[in-house]
Amino acid sequence: MARARVLIRPKEGILDPQGKAVERALPALGFDDVEHVRIGRIVELETADPQRLSELCEKLLANPLIEDYEIETL
Amino acid sequence: MIWGVIQFPGSCDERDALHACSLTGEARLIWHEERSLDGIDAVVVPGGFSYGDYLRAGAIARFSPAIESVAEFAARGGPVLGICNGFQVLCESRLLPGALLLNQNLRFVCRQVELLDGDERLSIPVKHGEGRYWAPGEVLDEIEAAGQVAYRYAPGDNPNGSARDIAGVANEAGNVLGLMPHPEHAVDPLTGSTDGLKVFERVAGALV
Repeated sequence: MARARVLIRPKEGILDPQGKAVERALPALGFDDVEHVRIGRIVELETADPQRLSELCEKLLANPLIEDYEIETL
Repeated sequence: MIWGVIQFPGSCDERDALHACSLTGEARLIWHEERSLDGIDAVVVPGGFSYGDYLRAGAIARFSPAIESVAEFAARGGPVLGICNGFQVLCESRLLPGALLLNQNLRFVCRQVELLDGDERLSIPVKHGEGRYWAPGEVLDEIEAAGQVAYRYAPGDNPNGSARDIAGVANEAGNVLGLMPHPEHAVDPLTGSTDGLKVFERVAGALV
């Protein structure tokens, strides 16, 4: 079985209100120079068929209309 | 006419949907594992949190046996109404254009809104955390030009940051309709408005 990690995040240009909320909270903690915060999710999995990972991402793990994904094999 | 209301694990509005449907015809519940839509004239995909809304709202429900049958039913021209989570399911299924994202202010919103159906105003409640309609700009242009924007929030009453105040959209053929507001909760004067009936009548009208 191959191990893989898939990183999914909102596409560039789509408002990410979670990222914005984190960005706005940071100055109160003294982090004044942080911008472009984007929040996504990570899916870790094991598969016997790593060739089909992209298809799996397109069909279920990500919604390609609104999300980008990156596959990292471990 | 006979309505079929799909019920998933995690649905929560199927009973109100059944009641609303029963005011314009006969209504039956269809469990998500059923494939048969025999005898059904129109389908409602109701609100709630199908399969816990895991991964993305509607993402898992899309692969349920009942929704696969609904997709075939829709392809044959059968009328389908998706409400709230049902709208999310229909977008995830690509039966409707666009997607529903987290509300812009990150808050769950639960209140009455004013909807515009052309010049007509409808008073119908919303209750959702992920109702911000989004599609690429060129898709928004296309669906506006094709008359697929079925409902808009009245100016100043957009509760979630939806693009161009869009509250509900139809497919190109016009037989599949999805909206975030809950017409099934607005069918009795006791709850303040009966405007929701007009949405069910619109879908029923797609039959004729």
